[in-house]
Amino acid sequence: MRDPVVHSAFAEASADRRSFRLRRGFGGQAFIVRKIPLVISAVFFLFCTKTFCGEPDKPCYGDAIVVSSISDARTLVPILASDSASCTVCDRLFNGMVKYDKNVRITGELAESWEITGGGLIITFHLKRNVKWHDGKPFTARDVLFTYNKLIDPKVKTPYSGDFERIRLLETVDDYTVKVTYKEPFAPALSSWGMWIMPEHLLKDEDLNSTKFSRNPVGTGPYKFKSWRTGEKIELVSNRDYFEGRPCIDRYIYRIIPDDATIFLELETRGVDLSTLSPLEYTRQTDNKFFRTYYNKFRYPSFGYNFMAYNLSDPKFRDLKVREAINYAVNREDIVRTIFFGLAEATTGPFMKESWAYNRDVMPAAYDPGRAKALLGEAGWRDTNGDGWLEKDGVKFEFTVLVNQGNGERLRSAEMIQKYLEDVGIKVKIRIVEWSTMISEFLDKRRFEAVIMGWFLPRDPDCYDIWHSSKTREGEFNFAGYKNEEVDRLLVEGRRIFDEAQRAGIYRRIHSLIYADQPYLFLYTSDILPIVSSRFRNVKTSAIGIGYNFIEWYAPRDEQRYREK
Amino acid sequence: MLRYIAKRLIGLVPVFFGITLISFFVIHLAPGKPTDVDTSLNPKVSYEARMRLEKLYGFDKPIHVQYLNWLKAFVFFDFGSSFVDGRPVAEKIAERIPVTLLINISSMILMLSIGIPLGILSAVKRGSLLDRTTTIVTFIGFSVPEFWLALLLMSFFAITLGWLPISGIKSLDFEYYSLAGKILDVARHLVLPVAIAAFGSLAGISRYTRSAMIGVIHQDYIRSARAKGLSERIVIYRHALKNAMLPVITILGLSVPGLIGGSVIFESIFAIPGMGRLFYESVMARDYSTIMGILSIGAILTLLGNFLADIAYSYADPRIRVTGSGE
Repeated sequence: MRDPVVHSAFAEASADRRSFRLRRGFGGQAFIVRKIPLVISAVFFLFCTKTFCGEPDKPCYGDAIVVSSISDARTLVPILASDSASCTVCDRLFNGMVKYDKNVRITGELAESWEITGGGLIITFHLKRNVKWHDGKPFTARDVLFTYNKLIDPKVKTPYSGDFERIRLLETVDDYTVKVTYKEPFAPALSSWGMWIMPEHLLKDEDLNSTKFSRNPVGTGPYKFKSWRTGEKIELVSNRDYFEGRPCIDRYIYRIIPDDATIFLELETRGVDLSTLSPLEYTRQTDNKFFRTYYNKFRYPSFGYNFMAYNLSDPKFRDLKVREAINYAVNREDIVRTIFFGLAEATTGPFMKESWAYNRDVMPAAYDPGRAKALLGEAGWRDTNGDGWLEKDGVKFEFTVLVNQGNGERLRSAEMIQKYLEDVGIKVKIRIVEWSTMISEFLDKRRFEAVIMGWFLPRDPDCYDIWHSSKTREGEFNFAGYKNEEVDRLLVEGRRIFDEAQRAGIYRRIHSLIYADQPYLFLYTSDILPIVSSRFRNVKTSAIGIGYNFIEWYAPRDEQRYREK
Repeated sequence: MLRYIAKRLIGLVPVFFGITLISFFVIHLAPGKPTDVDTSLNPKVSYEARMRLEKLYGFDKPIHVQYLNWLKAFVFFDFGSSFVDGRPVAEKIAERIPVTLLINISSMILMLSIGIPLGILSAVKRGSLLDRTTTIVTFIGFSVPEFWLALLLMSFFAITLGWLPISGIKSLDFEYYSLAGKILDVARHLVLPVAIAAFGSLAGISRYTRSAMIGVIHQDYIRSARAKGLSERIVIYRHALKNAMLPVITILGLSVPGLIGGSVIFESIFAIPGMGRLFYESVMARDYSTIMGILSIGAILTLLGNFLADIAYSYADPRIRVTGSGE
């Protein structure tokens, strides 16, 4: 079963499979994911003009796109939105100062341009002048100041205050200029301004935690809010005055269908236009004439990775040789082939393969059970009593790996790892635990031996919170208990430098150091497998997914399915 | 009698608060907090930010203080607001109740209108082919997992035949339909969920009717009725049925709280925004105030159902006397 309300980023396995998640990746949020959801980031370049639609005499506007989601949104107050459904809808309604383009470069959205001065301490944004809120009021620097004040207001229940508390001072120079001064240089600062900006004139007297705005939002984005029927659907209509051009598709219907099987049946009757598939559905169930005619399938890597983390304070795993041995004993390529039908990629480190931070010189350890056994022998683990399991000082080598309930792919990975380690004489037990329990009772309290999980990564490679040795308090993210002084130093340095080439050097070094230390058994990055009705044209994959040019998607008039308003 | 009713009613109050007290402590025993689900493992949420959230929600207070705060608000019919989205709990429950009631009442009507005649027929023609077929079919209905049957029927009626919509309770263009079109649209969406829910509960009601009926048919007064030369129809429907209905009515009384309940699996498969999903989602999010709201309503309805059943007994059956209640 699924728990649609859980934090989307880790929304549950089957659950999140289809919920279109527009995590902006900005704001530098990194999350542990139960299953990496489909990410569409809004990046809009071209204007939707008639010529662009290819048929100058036939306007492309009209029709509706039906997007399926496992779970309903919680709130449409953008700085409170943290689950995938809320973020997906907020991304249609709101804009940030900056965004990532299709090549994963930061570019302006509400900001026309910006300068970074004072050795990285000051960012000055120059805002676009033609932007209007959906109610017709102009967007100005006061809205940015207001959003910032709410982000750092201790009474507002926002989870995103962290990056903004590094700001010493935010000033509005004039209506269209914002000057942000940081306490110290902070490289991910610029990307944190992907945070959605809220309208001051509608919210200044409201309590954000309980405001009606949460179910009747007004933004600057390509779509305007129309209606929300709880648990059923959220409907948006195109913003004809959108500053990057009127979106071609008139209506955006976000349908909540909590069951995967039902979503698939809906696809079979063309009741859903946009969804994501499981590897099985992608390779087998949609491999027929119906789906080839009415849908297009896409594929690109998700922004994260799955791993098995060790509890490094456990005496068994304290020995590097043991961790190396496990790395040799597990055949990742086979996991990718068997569980994902090849729709995933084995990984060696804490960054995404496409990122400039990823170190391509780090060679993945080959599958070599013989070498694994030798290493375990060197570490003192031998099968002395001939029962097939290794012992040391009379104690059998066995451990329990935790997997969160509802994530079939992780469970199957755990089962394969169990078999590989049995081959080298290590007994693995698998324990399935409900998500919230796993976090609060096992990870936070450090009461685990090993755990299989995933991180959902932001575009900026800063991963201080995951790897720095200071981040081991209860509830912090270095739950493995990793400590390497050089990595600590590099992590601090990496977030103070703005030059990408210099940072690349630092993060690549971090990558090779972490891989050598094996605090995690790095497993795989799975692919995101969207399926889109073939009546929509202009749908393209890029490094950041398929949604970057959403306002350009259109359906030719004779193929449109939903009536005009 | 009035004094008896009043006494029983007052007796329900401590039972009700006992239920809320136990529920409150039990749900707080579950590991995790609403703030966890929101923020844990989001590395951008600092330790301090989390502490701040816990304070805002009042989780830093001892649990009995939290319960008393809840109770204080509850006495004034204030269920509080949800930890998930900040909306009033009463509003969240109210928007789920109509569709839940619609489905539960229609499936109950369908179940009764098929189950009772089926039970009577089986009793009258006990041991016949019809009786045995009914037994098998209703037990299949009872045993088949609802979600499996639902998926098969969805696939058959919506994809193979194309007669019915797959999921939801309204079409996407619902707003543009005429009134008749709207009613037809909702009806089309309800056919499968209602039919499947009724099919699953057919076994219970038809078996109860059957066994009650068999018991009654062998009574002396039925033999007398037949001896008088009354037609079989009148014997069965006028004389036997009335008495055979007593246990059935009891069961119906007990299903009162079930009317606002729903099944998560069922509602998920048909994408129906009902009470079952709300409750499940609240539990998974550790949304204490919504959980408590739903549990309190459930407790009130259960107690009320039992109470009404008790009263109805003493009216309906002279053998169930209230001893010592000063008539």
